[in-house]
Amino acid sequence: MPPEQLVEFDHVDFSYNKTPLLRNLSIAFPRGKVVAIMGGSGSGKTTLLRLIGGQIRAQKGSVRFDGEAVETMSHAKLYAARRRMGMLFQFGALFTDLSVFENVAFPMREHLQLPEPMIRDLALMKLHAVGLRGAHALKPAELSGGMARRVALARAIALDPNLIMYDEPFTGLDPISMAVIANLIRRLNEALGATSIVVTHDVQESFKIVDYVCFLSHGEIVAQGTPEQMRASNEPYVRQFVDGHVDGPVRFHYPAGDYDADLGLGG
Amino acid sequence: MITALLRGVRLIGRLTVDGVWRLGAASRFMGIVLLRSVTTFRRFRLLIDEIYFAGTLSLIIIIVSGLFVGLVLGLQGYETLKRYGSAEAVGTLVALSLVRELGPVVSALLFASRAGSAITAEIGIMKSTEQLSAMEMMAVDPYARVMAPMFWGGFISMPLLAAIFSAMGVFGGYLITVVVIGVDAGAFWSQMQSNVDLRDDILNGVIKSVVFGGAVTAIAVFEGYDAPPTAEGVSHAVTRTVVTSALAVLALDFILTAFMFTGV
Repeated sequence: MPPEQLVEFDHVDFSYNKTPLLRNLSIAFPRGKVVAIMGGSGSGKTTLLRLIGGQIRAQKGSVRFDGEAVETMSHAKLYAARRRMGMLFQFGALFTDLSVFENVAFPMREHLQLPEPMIRDLALMKLHAVGLRGAHALKPAELSGGMARRVALARAIALDPNLIMYDEPFTGLDPISMAVIANLIRRLNEALGATSIVVTHDVQESFKIVDYVCFLSHGEIVAQGTPEQMRASNEPYVRQFVDGHVDGPVRFHYPAGDYDADLGLGG
Repeated sequence: MITALLRGVRLIGRLTVDGVWRLGAASRFMGIVLLRSVTTFRRFRLLIDEIYFAGTLSLIIIIVSGLFVGLVLGLQGYETLKRYGSAEAVGTLVALSLVRELGPVVSALLFASRAGSAITAEIGIMKSTEQLSAMEMMAVDPYARVMAPMFWGGFISMPLLAAIFSAMGVFGGYLITVVVIGVDAGAFWSQMQSNVDLRDDILNGVIKSVVFGGAVTAIAVFEGYDAPPTAEGVSHAVTRTVVTSALAVLALDFILTAFMFTGV
């Protein structure tokens, strides 16, 4: 029987250039659920996704995907695991020299030994799911930010993954595109029976579609629960995010020396 | 005084360590590229696309440059040889200069600035826009899918471009000396035929162009992959590709010439 949790972090430490990004992090992502990871810049959110995808390896502890430790997987096993993952990058990361259709067909052509007419039908179906079948002949340079994100989403689900990871899917989008992407995340998760991890800053959009929320600060979990529980939370870090306060546990000012001294006003 | 001296020693030490570290990283990188090259030859279409990108698109600059170099060589050679009463030997001079030296070297320098810089820029931009990461997350190995085909495409294109450069140079020499100046065509071709040796001259020139092609393409691919993912990082990487490739070609040319033609 497969483990109940699709992805698990077990006391994971990760540092970059001696700066700790994740500290003793333990978290689990249950199958079939949509989980949001929230936190300020540099809180370790994207690092978490890269650890699941095996692009970086945990320096302590273990990251397990479907019960198997990612950091000890062989090259072949890691690539086999990645075939079961889809990832939407912050700005889409579409291949700029390929058309929309070619971008979506790319993972199919690389991995599936299917005849070309079938690949064509499958790619058009994925594009239809994100509402962009009519844009199949366009180049990425001809797309708006929201459209590019939707094409990237169609590409991310090309192989019907078990896990879909979203890195800041709402960044730089207008409210309509944001709502479209949020809706797609939820709908696709249900249609594919997948598990989704959404790294985001956007409280309003993400709270509408996720099952659980986890707040990270300096590589540690500071709060987690359902969106309702988070809305009712008194944790200052959560309150700052939910209410959008300028200053709080996430400081407005980057750490600096004495202001008067910097301006030469000290006695 | 001592502080300045120590600072100098420290700087030399740091530059040496950085240089050795970079050489190690480049060697490791190229090792992986070569190990993952099977896909390139199994999926021939990838290789053809890269030969088109590095080779076919460099044809114009190679053909035009080769022609002009040949024209100049013909003119200079004729003027010099005329003084010694051996103007008919101008064909030999043009051909030997091209196949032994100018063909491989100049085409490698042009190749570095046209194809090398394009390879670095393409890989660097793919990296900075997360296209390589996206590929990895789609379980497609960027070493096998992007880097190896680009390396082999450049490696195969370079000797072919050098051959075309030399051929165009000989044609340019013929145009200026035989057609324009009036040197006897029979003497031009027969002197060339009897004095240019297939093994000692042409084969050695081909070996040079193969070595230069490998060096320039390896530098271009590595610099692109190693570029910091910013606009400035990519632009510096492109500059480094052109400069490092030019220096590498000239240094390798000296070493190869010493072994091939002077019997060191």
